[in-house]
Amino acid sequence: MTETPLSRAAQATPPGVARKIRGLSDRAIAWIFVGPTIFLLLAINIFPLIWTIRLSFTDFKANRAGREIKNVGLRNYERILTDSDIWLNMQATAHFLFWTIFFQVLIGFALAYLINKKFRGNDLWTTIIVLPMMLSPAVVGNFWKFLYQPQIGLFNYIVAFFTGKDPSSFEMLGSVDLAPWSIVIVDTWMWTPFVMLICLAGLRSIPDYIYEAAEIDRASKLRQFFTITIPMVLPFLMLAVLFRGIENFKMFDLVVQLTGGGPGSTTELTSINLKREAFEKWRTGYASAYAIILFVTVFGLASIYVKALNKVKER
Amino acid sequence: MSNFFSGLLRLRRGPWEMVATILIALGVFMLMQPFVMWAFTYSFITTLVGTVMFIIVSHFPE
Repeated sequence: MTETPLSRAAQATPPGVARKIRGLSDRAIAWIFVGPTIFLLLAINIFPLIWTIRLSFTDFKANRAGREIKNVGLRNYERILTDSDIWLNMQATAHFLFWTIFFQVLIGFALAYLINKKFRGNDLWTTIIVLPMMLSPAVVGNFWKFLYQPQIGLFNYIVAFFTGKDPSSFEMLGSVDLAPWSIVIVDTWMWTPFVMLICLAGLRSIPDYIYEAAEIDRASKLRQFFTITIPMVLPFLMLAVLFRGIENFKMFDLVVQLTGGGPGSTTELTSINLKREAFEKWRTGYASAYAIILFVTVFGLASIYVKALNKVKER
Repeated sequence: MSNFFSGLLRLRRGPWEMVATILIALGVFMLMQPFVMWAFTYSFITTLVGTVMFIIVSHFPE
């Protein structure tokens, strides 16, 4: 009799365990395998979510655990949604989200398109381009802080070289107008390679014979680009936008390292504000309501997005 | 257009998902727009209704 991996596994199973398993149905064995994962999912994701929803209707403070918890109804939600400072935080997040995704998709796709062309040193360039993505956000935040220094920063000198301005005449991180753009630049620098890799996977999945058929039909390069390349890369691009959108909506570490939410609160994104409410002011109930608002927003957007993605894939 | 409304009346997934999607998109826009405060105030309820509706109507028949 030939030995298969299945028979080897059967032989390796201790007789006691084998006797117990023999009486179980396939469904029961499947549950044994899936059970621990479901338990972890419930314990780590679902339970905290339900607990957060419950806390959002109370005035609970985590630093005063012994205090009596009062039910405040919808007051936390009401206070958040009528707070003009939180409205400004939302606008700062929207600015960050829109421009980072815009630049990352534009530059990421352009880089992928170039890297996809066969040329010498192709792999080396891919590795060099992908490097920023591999760094820790804390490290990136710190060294861009140096690059943005008005006196010694390389960034200011490069801008000065092209514009003729004095390098110390502007401060990227200290200016109310420039600080929101400074975080957009750093996030774009760090995460464009990620979008590029996804686009590259999309471009490499397009079979050559489609382009050959288009060549035979005398379709121009531009026509091929808009009728073959873009539609076939679109599901990949949408996936990249989904990933980056969700990641940037909860962006925290990079911005904290760079600006700490300042100057004033011009770069205070919702996640930074949420952390302040929860772990500096210790308004746990209020912060829970804030987290639920953000969760519903991301969940709603992700639902639309997955639907759109499936539609594009079906085409 | 009449197909859309008849789909709504016959509880079909497509048109109802469209309504839910519009509500979510509107809610997110209201949350992040810089123009009027009242839109920000009512953004969460709009997104929540859209999201819950989306979960329910995605189980409707095609």
